[in-house]
This record gives sequence, structure tokens and C-alpha cells, in this order.
Amino acid sequence: MKNTLLIEKHKKLGAKLAPFGGWLMPIQYSGIIEEHNWVRTNAGLFDICHMGEFEIEADLNKSNLDYLITVNLKTMLQGTCRYGFMLNESGGIIDDLVVYRINDNKWMLVVNAATTDTNEEYLRKHLNSETRLKNISGSLGKLDLQGPLSKNVINDLIGININLDYYAFGYYALFGEKIIISRTGYTGELGYELYMPNNRINDLWDKILSDKIVKPIGLGARDTLRLEMGYSLYGQDIDNTTSVLEAGLGFFIDWNKDFIGKEALLKQKECGLKRRMICFASNSRRSPRHNYRINYKGGDIGIVTSGSFSPSLGVGIGMGYITEEIAVGEEIKLIENLVTIEAKIVRMPFYKKGSVKYKEIKNACAG
Amino acid sequence: MLVPDNLFFTKDHEWAKIEGDTATIGITDFAQGSLGNITFIDLPKIGQGLKQSGLCATVESVKAASDVYSPLSGEVVKVNEELADHPELVNKSPYESGWFAVIKINNLKEKDALMDAKKYKEYAENLSK
Repeated sequence: MKNTLLIEKHKKLGAKLAPFGGWLMPIQYSGIIEEHNWVRTNAGLFDICHMGEFEIEADLNKSNLDYLITVNLKTMLQGTCRYGFMLNESGGIIDDLVVYRINDNKWMLVVNAATTDTNEEYLRKHLNSETRLKNISGSLGKLDLQGPLSKNVINDLIGININLDYYAFGYYALFGEKIIISRTGYTGELGYELYMPNNRINDLWDKILSDKIVKPIGLGARDTLRLEMGYSLYGQDIDNTTSVLEAGLGFFIDWNKDFIGKEALLKQKECGLKRRMICFASNSRRSPRHNYRINYKGGDIGIVTSGSFSPSLGVGIGMGYITEEIAVGEEIKLIENLVTIEAKIVRMPFYKKGSVKYKEIKNACAG
Repeated sequence: MLVPDNLFFTKDHEWAKIEGDTATIGITDFAQGSLGNITFIDLPKIGQGLKQSGLCATVESVKAASDVYSPLSGEVVKVNEELADHPELVNKSPYESGWFAVIKINNLKEKDALMDAKKYKEYAENLSK
């Protein structure tokens, strides 16, 4: 089990700690519901040091990096990032990730904690000799600041108005270090992800938390926040046996380029999907859980992959795969042993008032 | 961790307050603290017969659903209706407004299988180490 660099901070704050992706991480501080609501209304700080980062040098004319990732790297502008996948030959998801284009030939991949090592192996095996890969997970810390008021906090931290569009990033100076800040996140709120060298990550944590509108948020609330948006969690909703199309993530695929797994996905498109991801909300506070059966008109048609109480909606919500095509609005039952929960298929996101789409006001002269 | 003197406890962190031939039952402060925010409680029905250590309720927190076992055998005579809309009462006040049910005790001798406050406190403190 690995310890995050901030473990002593979490202990001091009275966090409940538990293993996640091979790391001992803070699950909650004051309580999941309170933390969840704080991120929806103010700004919350997450220790995300467990996630993996790779720095890659790749000239796209020579390197095959673009072929290993579903994102169209060639059309990406410097200073932007995109969400995408590494797929296996059958279209299964090796990992979901965010790619950063640092300059023409330099990239950063941000991947899940539990898959960092297998990703590195996979990349080293498949990348050609024109590509240089460096696993920088061990020297780079990551904090997420999320919530409708997070922009004020970031501006105060850096001392300028940073004006980042959604999925854009920049380098900023702080504590004599270069820090990457991207306008990204996984909560459905306006927010930022900050990458800081390990040696100053504790200072960054303290500095941000000294702002009274920021509270520390654990992985428990991170999970309810992402689930309210219908975002998939790797290892739970998606993995190397679920295809991108089955997971309902085809939207993030650029079909104009070639990538590993494309052939299999095109075949799935042609022949139809064996199962598909749906979102559902229960009619009560009773919440579905991982592995509950999804039942429609008396027959089992699938399995719940994620389920939780939704603090924002006050009902149980979840997602899961079903083998039949059933329309939004249809009633289903979620069943395990003695428990039967009445629910309805709904459209994602569950929570529709998130500040994630916040638009920067541009200077009119800039055209 | 709060452990009132006048109650009896199970290893699974339920409590019973015995008054004559009835007992009020619920879950302990340790239990609510471990579960975190409680979001739903499936209580037994009035008239239902409960067995000592048998399933009597299900408590859902944000993260998980957990079974609750009856500290004593008996018939349910009253349930805490407030918990339907306010399950958080169990977090706020596990021994008072967060009670689950009142049962009519079948066999008071079963009390011998329960821990008193001093024993339970030791037991729970050992678990948190």
C-alpha cells in the first residue's frame, strides 16, 4: 500500500482513510453529504496524488502515439487537453485518460492510479522507438480544486485572473516552481486540476485550504459527485472487458483517425451492441448498489455497476449495463436478496445544475 | 464515543434499553460513526417477530447497505416513523431520537448474552485501535 504525500495532513484533519487503487487515501473528513454539498456550492480540495502521469516526447510524424490513443492528437492545440481512452484490440478499455498537449512534440497523459503500472507496460510495449516515455507519477503531485467558487480561489492563489477555457491549461509560477493548472475535473462543477512537484505539494495544500471557502473533500464525495454526472469510474463501470460503445462513451471517439480497437468498434456498430450502459434513479431514498440485478417486467436484463444515494437529488441513483434496448422513462426494479428498489431509466446527467460549463468572458478587442 | 450506562449492547453494535418487559432498540454511536451519513433505514413492521441476533433492519449509508440484528427476541410494538424522512437522526442522536423500534421481550434471560456499557466500551475501543 502506498501513502499519499499528504497523509499526515489527512490524519490531522481527522479523515477516514481507506485503500483505493493501491493507495491509502482519505475517504471522508466531515461527512460525505456535507462535503458533496460544499463542492456543489463553494469549492473543495481533493488530494489526487495517487493518479498517474506520463510525460511523452513524440513527433507525430514519426511516433505512433496517436495510434495508441483514441484522442486525435494531430488536431489538438498546444495548451489544451482532451478526454479519451487507450483500447485493446477488441475495443475494451485499458484506461480512460486525459491527454495534455504541452508543445508540438511534448505530451502529458494522466491516468488512473490502479492502472498506472499496467499502462506503462502497455505503452512501452507498443510505442515505437521514435517515442520517449517517462513515468513522472513519482515526482508530480496532483490536487483538484472543484466548485462554482473555485475560480476566485485559483486567481487569489496565482495572483492573476487566469481565464482558462474548459479543457485548457497553462503553466503558472508558484513557490518558485512551475505548476500546471488545467480547467478540468470530474465533478460536474467549474474546477481545476493542479500539478505540482512533490516537494511543494504540502505547501500548495495548506495554501489553498487557508482560503475559508475551501474545504478538504474525500474520495467518498468524489464518487457521489461523479456519479451524479453519470461519469464512469474505471474498474467499476468500465474496464478492459467493456467496450467504449457499450459504455455509452462513443461520443469521445474520433472516427476520422486510426487507433487500436477501432476495427472491433466498427464491427460492434455494424452488428449491434450486446449490452449498453443506462442510468437510473430510484423512486425513494433507497439506493441501488454495485452488482444489484436490473429487472424489467419480471426478467433480469443486467447488472448495476455503480449505485449510491444522491445528496443533490435525495434519491438513489446508479448506472449499469443491460442487454436489451429500453427507453428512458421505463420502470425497472433493482434487486438483491430481500431488497427490491423501484426505479426509472433516466437520461444522464442526474444533476443538471453543475457549473462545469462556465464560460470565460473574453475581452471584446481580442475578437 | 458515546456509551450510555443504562443500556445493553451486542457485538454488532446494536443497543437495547430494557424497561420492564419492553426494550427500545437501535444502533450505537460507534456504528453510526463507522457508517457515516445514513440515508435510508428499512425498519421492521409492527407485529413482526424478531429473534435475538436475527435480521431486524437494514441501514443504508451513502456508500453501503448494512444489516442490523435484533439484540433480543420479541414482537415489534412500535417503530420510529420519524426515520423515514430523517434517517440522519441516527447520526445526530443514536441513543435518543435515532431509536429504531420498541419490542415486547420474549425472554429476559437473553440479556445475559449482551454486554453492559463498560464491557462494550472496551470492546468498541479495541476495534478502533
